[in-house]
Amino acid sequence: MSSTATTFDSAAPPQTGPQAFIRRLRNGDEVAHIITLITAASILLITSALVYELWINSHLSRAKFGWAFLWTRTWDPVFENFGALPYIYGTIVTSIVALLIAVPLGLAAATFLAELAPRRLSDNVAFLIDLLAAVPSVIYGLLGMFIVVPMMRTTIGPGLKHAFGFLPIFQGPNYGVGFLTAGIILAIMVMPFIISVSREVLLTVPREQREAALALGATRWEATWKVVIPWARTGILGSIFLALARALGETMAVTMVIGNTPLISASLFSPGYSIASVIANEFKEATGDLYLSALVELGLVLFLVTFILNGLAQIMILTTDRMGRRS
Amino acid sequence: MSRFALIWRKSLNIFMLTLTGVSALLVVSVLFLILGYLVVKGGTSLNWSFFTQLPKPVGEVGGGVANAIVGSLKLLLLAAIIGLPIGLLAGVYLAEFGGKPFGFTVRYTTDLLNGVPSIVIGMFAYAVAVLPVKHFSTFAGGFALGVMVIPITLRSTEEFLRAVPVSLREGAMALGASKWRTIATVVLPAARGGIITGMLLALARVAGETAPLLFTAFGNQFWSPGWSQPTSSLPLMVYTYAISAYPDWHRQAWAAGLVLLALVLVANVGTRMALNRGGATRGV
Amino acid sequence: MKKAIVVVCLLLGLGVTLAADSTVLLNGAGATFPYPMYSKWFNVYHQEHSDVQINYQSIGSGGGIRQVLAGTVDFGASDGPMTDQQIEQFKQQRGMGILHFPTVLGADVPSYNIPGVSAELNFTQKALAGIYLGTITKWNDPEIANANPGVKLPGEDIVVIHRSDGSGTTYIWTDFLSKVSDEWKSKVGRNTSVNWPVGLGGQGNEGVSGLVKQMPNSIGYIELIYALQNNISFGKVQNSAGKFIKADLAGVTAAAGSAKDMPDDFRVSITNAPGAAAYPISSFTWLLIPERIPDATKRDTIKAFLKWMMTDGQKYTETLSYAPLPKVVVAKEMKAIALVQ
Repeated sequence: MSSTATTFDSAAPPQTGPQAFIRRLRNGDEVAHIITLITAASILLITSALVYELWINSHLSRAKFGWAFLWTRTWDPVFENFGALPYIYGTIVTSIVALLIAVPLGLAAATFLAELAPRRLSDNVAFLIDLLAAVPSVIYGLLGMFIVVPMMRTTIGPGLKHAFGFLPIFQGPNYGVGFLTAGIILAIMVMPFIISVSREVLLTVPREQREAALALGATRWEATWKVVIPWARTGILGSIFLALARALGETMAVTMVIGNTPLISASLFSPGYSIASVIANEFKEATGDLYLSALVELGLVLFLVTFILNGLAQIMILTTDRMGRRS
Repeated sequence: MSRFALIWRKSLNIFMLTLTGVSALLVVSVLFLILGYLVVKGGTSLNWSFFTQLPKPVGEVGGGVANAIVGSLKLLLLAAIIGLPIGLLAGVYLAEFGGKPFGFTVRYTTDLLNGVPSIVIGMFAYAVAVLPVKHFSTFAGGFALGVMVIPITLRSTEEFLRAVPVSLREGAMALGASKWRTIATVVLPAARGGIITGMLLALARVAGETAPLLFTAFGNQFWSPGWSQPTSSLPLMVYTYAISAYPDWHRQAWAAGLVLLALVLVANVGTRMALNRGGATRGV
Repeated sequence: MKKAIVVVCLLLGLGVTLAADSTVLLNGAGATFPYPMYSKWFNVYHQEHSDVQINYQSIGSGGGIRQVLAGTVDFGASDGPMTDQQIEQFKQQRGMGILHFPTVLGADVPSYNIPGVSAELNFTQKALAGIYLGTITKWNDPEIANANPGVKLPGEDIVVIHRSDGSGTTYIWTDFLSKVSDEWKSKVGRNTSVNWPVGLGGQGNEGVSGLVKQMPNSIGYIELIYALQNNISFGKVQNSAGKFIKADLAGVTAAAGSAKDMPDDFRVSITNAPGAAAYPISSFTWLLIPERIPDATKRDTIKAFLKWMMTDGQKYTETLSYAPLPKVVVAKEMKAIALVQ
């Protein structure tokens, strides 16, 4: 198809050389192809530049600390000894807490919207939930600081201690700020993503699957849980990874409620620090090149963790997708 | 199947289905809680002087966030100019022209960029747009936000372009349209709703971003003329005021937060309503 | 679509119109310690000279030093004077020296929030060091209780609050602690950012004040004006003469008086100053100005502002509870302005 069909030169056109190039250029398809190609390539350029900057600017710190940076606990600007462990710990813990809360709730809500609610209700509610996703991070931080933190200190914390105080995760002093509070805020922030994507995916499950299950005598719940959700499993997993990625990098809301203290503690009430938060607090003022370099290295670590997660997600999605298509 | 098992299955059915409904209700109520709280706490502070005045010196009561509102709008404009075209066109490339290895690489890289935390983007923008010219600027802030807009726009563009049925494309080509003409006049308009929604969602998402602005737009108590000076912005104001101890600043943080949220929500709601009421973008 | 185009045009117009002007724009960043003072000064100065706009962002002294080093701001501000190493780094990176100009004097106060305790507490030097080292953990510890007979202190854990950002206020505090506690000096040291043995971090004086206000049984070090403006209780500190002094203009001025031999570069520490009336955690705070400013308009504006700051500006200090510069220092500074080229 394409180029030959759209040119009507009476003289035999040259096939090679600059004239041919210009002729091809006048062909809209080529132009469109080139322009869009350039923009696509620019994304590669931007990302490469980003990785390059991260690599170069963390050089001092990588040279001095090597791999030990990842499991060193101290963060001492005076004696210039830097380690990432408290921040890695804080980032992971808050994200896990967030997912533990958000995935069950989110999936349940998505199921309701996709399977049970009448179409108009489902669309309207989904729209409202998309609005939740649009709420800026600082606003969540604002509400976290002035609503959740006091609630954690006065109600939720003591309540959890009373009921589950034997677990190490609920022991220790409760300041209101800390891993658990940050995790709760993060959960609220990532739920809309899980719901929105899962709902879309659940809606694409072919009707026949559901009807077949129902025809075989399953209750609606059984049809949903045992047939529809497994069919959409890939997409749902994708939504979880999306949520996780968002949670890992979330800065402002976490900074406002996590306590800004590089601590590693089994207690969820303990204040902590996440990678994003420490960069936000200390980047503008890291006096000393090694200090700045250590912060950039933290950014590099965060970037790499995201990279690995994305890679795993892609592999899993590709594999289960192929499995799904074969069946 | 024994009678007991049947009763169990039926009860479980009702229980679980109710649970899902409750979850949905819970999530939706959070939205209204947020809105409600902001309105209650910030609504009373919304007066003419709040919108038109500059901030007062530290500790003094009163003043407004006029410069922050304008700053935010300028930053968004820059982000749109920088990020939307790239996201759109690259999305077109992936959906319409993409070859296997290159297209896959671009898609993967875009997902990578999407997952980069906004604070890291801020560090990048600092290294690339602030240090070389030795000053903080609106442009640097807009650049950081623009970079964030690209992956979101690209993903939604590609997704909605792919969703356009092959029959539409083939029909156009059968009528003699070249590929680019098909894309421009048939495919893109068909996917228009979803694409624009995606773009606006991207902009709304970055409108509330504070982290990348910390090292780029920096902040300003006065008006920021042009594009090369530091500028204030709504999210930055909310953050600075919220973490302080001044009750008057807290009051203003709520109000500024309300304004920010209102802007974001109006953008979201307005677009959706202007295009079509939910769901019409799916299943042509 | 049409609407969008209209909006875009409006905004472009906005951006363009706001771009046309002959205003001199200066950008500075740094200490949160004097932020209330600077914010007032720059506001007043703008009203008196409407063509000058000095934008100051309070990101912490560490930030002030780092950004003036990178050249992304026209001047910095810090309550921890730059170290020899940092000055050397500045010389190497920017090819010139950097000048310190004292602006006001202020005080770090130990502010606290103990439910049920409204009395003014006395803190010995050992008490403050112990609290921040984590060796003193409860409010009713003898070290604190003995200095406050008659006050019923709870047996609650002390919630220690410090700065999470690079801070001159931290520098002043740790400078004091290093002088009064050998253990602190060897374990933690003095700097704008240290490895805190205990405590929660707040962003800026603003953040620490906020945390102290919110957390029961907390203690945090903040600049005097933040405690006053936010109605946070703060205690008296034992000075080198053994007396418990509450931070106020008299105490800070007395401490400044001890800086009789002001070095030419104005970098001096007046914590734990001698004298019965001196408040022990006082400090100068400085503007960091590069030696050479290529832009003539900017240079003249900065010099004019400095002159104003040392004369008219000093009138505003007392209402915000900062102590004005001693006349001796002002005289010396006036001469030093000529060094800015």
